[in-house]
Amino acid sequence: MASTADVSGLTVLNGPPEQRSDDAHGYYTPAPEKLVDAKAPTGLIKDRWTTRKMDNRLVNPANRRKLDIIIVGTGLAGGAAAATLGEAGYNVKSFCYQDSPRRAHSIAAQGGINAAKNYKEDGDSTYRLFYDTVKGGDYRSRESNVYRLAEVSANIIDQCVAQGVPFARDYGGLLDNRSFGGVQVSRTFYARGQTGQQLLIGAYQAMERQVAAGTVTQYTRHEMLEVIVVDGKARGIIARDLVTGEIETHLADVVVLASGGYGNVFYLSTNAMGSNVTATWRAHRKGAYMANPCYTQIHPTCIPVSGDHQSKLTLMSESLRNDGRIWVPKNKEDCTKDPRDIPEEDRDYYLERIYPSFGNLVPRDIASRQAKNMCDEGRGVGPMVGDFRRGVYLDFADAIARLGEDAVREKYDNLFDMYERITGENPYEVPMRIYPAVHYVMGGLWVDYDLQSNIPGLFVTGEANFSDHGANRLGASALMQGLADGYFVLPNTIRDYLADGPFEQVDEAHPAVVEARTSVQERIDKFLSIGGSRSADSFHKELGNIMWEYCGMERSEEGLRKAIDMIRELKAEFWSNLKVLGTADSLNQSLEKAGRVADFIELGELMCIDALNRRESCGGHFRAESQTEDGEALRHDEEFAYVAAWEFGGEGGQPVLHKEDLIYTAIEMKQRSYK
Amino acid sequence: MNLTLKIWRQKDAQSSGSMQSYAVEGISEDMSFLEMLDTLNEQLNERGEEPVAFDHDCREGICGSCDLMINGQAHGPEVTTTCQLHMRSFSDGQTITIEPWRAGAFPVVKDLIVDRSAFDRIIQSGGYISVNTGSAPEANSVPAPRDKAMRAFNVATCIGCGACVAACPNGSASLFLGAKITHLGELPQGQPERMGRVASMVAQHDAEGFGGCTNIGECTAACPKEIPLDVISQLNKDLRDALRAGY
Repeated sequence: MASTADVSGLTVLNGPPEQRSDDAHGYYTPAPEKLVDAKAPTGLIKDRWTTRKMDNRLVNPANRRKLDIIIVGTGLAGGAAAATLGEAGYNVKSFCYQDSPRRAHSIAAQGGINAAKNYKEDGDSTYRLFYDTVKGGDYRSRESNVYRLAEVSANIIDQCVAQGVPFARDYGGLLDNRSFGGVQVSRTFYARGQTGQQLLIGAYQAMERQVAAGTVTQYTRHEMLEVIVVDGKARGIIARDLVTGEIETHLADVVVLASGGYGNVFYLSTNAMGSNVTATWRAHRKGAYMANPCYTQIHPTCIPVSGDHQSKLTLMSESLRNDGRIWVPKNKEDCTKDPRDIPEEDRDYYLERIYPSFGNLVPRDIASRQAKNMCDEGRGVGPMVGDFRRGVYLDFADAIARLGEDAVREKYDNLFDMYERITGENPYEVPMRIYPAVHYVMGGLWVDYDLQSNIPGLFVTGEANFSDHGANRLGASALMQGLADGYFVLPNTIRDYLADGPFEQVDEAHPAVVEARTSVQERIDKFLSIGGSRSADSFHKELGNIMWEYCGMERSEEGLRKAIDMIRELKAEFWSNLKVLGTADSLNQSLEKAGRVADFIELGELMCIDALNRRESCGGHFRAESQTEDGEALRHDEEFAYVAAWEFGGEGGQPVLHKEDLIYTAIEMKQRSYK
Repeated sequence: MNLTLKIWRQKDAQSSGSMQSYAVEGISEDMSFLEMLDTLNEQLNERGEEPVAFDHDCREGICGSCDLMINGQAHGPEVTTTCQLHMRSFSDGQTITIEPWRAGAFPVVKDLIVDRSAFDRIIQSGGYISVNTGSAPEANSVPAPRDKAMRAFNVATCIGCGACVAACPNGSASLFLGAKITHLGELPQGQPERMGRVASMVAQHDAEGFGGCTNIGECTAACPKEIPLDVISQLNKDLRDALRAGY
């Protein structure tokens, strides 16, 4: 068994975890050995990335054009990687399901991007960004990866500015910053509330430049449906042309998955409608480990569900909590009243009551969970959705009285407008209603320090991998990670793998290719032939309800067991009662949806098993059995300071749990407190 | 609400299409326009009729996927994207006509879905600043005047949906093009390639079959991001400068 002794011989600040509980007994098979990142860097944390860049082998420029790279996804991680690898002279094939690479869901990120530039001279540094990110992730991320992220963050801003990203500037024409997400320095760069859009357009334009240069070929309206593994190495993908329905084989020397997160397993989320897990789940079924799948971030300030027709949830910037006061009625009978008629003494400003020092500004996970508690008690407001009213008030009356309506308008104009457009209510007059929504997943495919999965030649970047955010992601860090991976990390790690290429030519008649193609074709034929009575969408909605109820903001042993049973039943019904109309040889959105839902169902089960195994509360994962007397999250480092990497156990088999110990040499673990 | 929908149905790019009528019932005014179409599709699926294909993704007004002509207006009666349009903008018993974008340069792919790849090719022809990863100077080494940076941002909010083209009687993409020329032209980083960029992008615009601009202004009226008409003046000015300089 591997020990937790740091390979470089530095002092290790935590002991090896020893799990005593075994809640998921019977649902999984433990791996005999601990999982060790074979690429784990050595030496002082500040030197590790420099050393790795030096040690990784180079590829001669003349050889690069003989090397084919497939990249799935064109968001920040995929688009930036396609542009950079194209510039380097590799032969890149880029795939996205949308009609243009510019539509990837990175575009919807609002707030900003962190970078340790220390332009404000307020004490920021690479180490401080690293420290905040590991702490914010509740000590469940790898310190080497996070340090590297902080280290390259400054280069990202340089790159984006040079591309013409119109960041906010001060009167002298220099870049402006704001503070974000509870940290004490101003390190967030932003472009009003559309930072993700501007960064993505920068990456998209850089990529289109390479399309014009002939180094990148883009395949839009294409969906990856299988990864091709030959002699243990990822060598290509099977993709479906979503317009013609044609099943295509694309071969390459290396495959990169930058296909985003799987928050849509909850049906309702702030993700795009098309965001899905298929690319990573297909890779998982081919042997790639899925790490910490239960780590989900639920954002507290979203516009509530208005009815069963709801298809998606819209986020509103967290900055609203700076001036708005959150409350629910003290008495259930007041829940249907006009909130303006409820007197002050009948209102419960519950965050201010429970957390007097942080009040309405507690971290995302706490604000979300308390909103759910209020609604579960029957004190929610707004329309009935299912058995509950799912909403709490976010009231600006005090802020308007204190600052004046104009001052409030200047700060929050666009958010108030958006709210009014969606709900039809004027938040200057009536308190806003908010409710938490699934926003981001920290879990994803397991990767080593080089961002390579356990399948050689299969690299995973951005939200699709698990490595940087631990159990909770800080605001303005998703954009940072996507671009860090795409522009600076992957191009420097993938070359070490490609230095052994070009690999032996694979023939389309190779049994592994034929097998992948056949399985894709059979699955499509199956969807169209079931001939049941329910749409894929209706199964998705049902899955989402199960996940939200039992694997959402609060998870319990009993609930998770129940959820696993329910998901298994749902899966059986899906495969016997699905109804997909239309044909396979044409554009068929119902067919696309069916494939995605089938994979979400399997993922949902694994998420519940992962959550069941982890009998501790950390970051976005709150287990009812693991809380302090005051109802706060309680971590168990001595049992769970490890990454849970799950191996597919075969159809109907049990997943295999591989544990990678988390080793800290540069930061000491502490419990959070916000009272 | 109960509505009558007249929807363009077309099997694929090769087939000819036609308008079909559908009755849809039980629509809530809180639904978005696309959720209303989801409801229709669920009902069609139950009846054994193939659902209507339409483009959509983020459903929060930023990805630019949605592309519906609603009662003859791009994105319908409000200044917003189709996904942010809600049914409270319509009344019970109304008949709503839904068509794909109308423009020769955006051929229909199926039902309400069109092919907007021409926009990607326009960007490929010069809608970028040439800087390889790793070669960028320190970000604050070149200050950008705040007013120019703000103008650059305001026009860079274009989502590439194509409503401007669909609304234009000439099928011109001048607003889309002008927004990109202005975005990059207002920043110091965009200067070295400024003239070559506009010459090349205009040539690609014309080669794609988009029409010329005659200053009608329907584009800016339909634009969900309210890109102002003066980007077209900027486009013309930059083009004039480039042509005079021999580009």
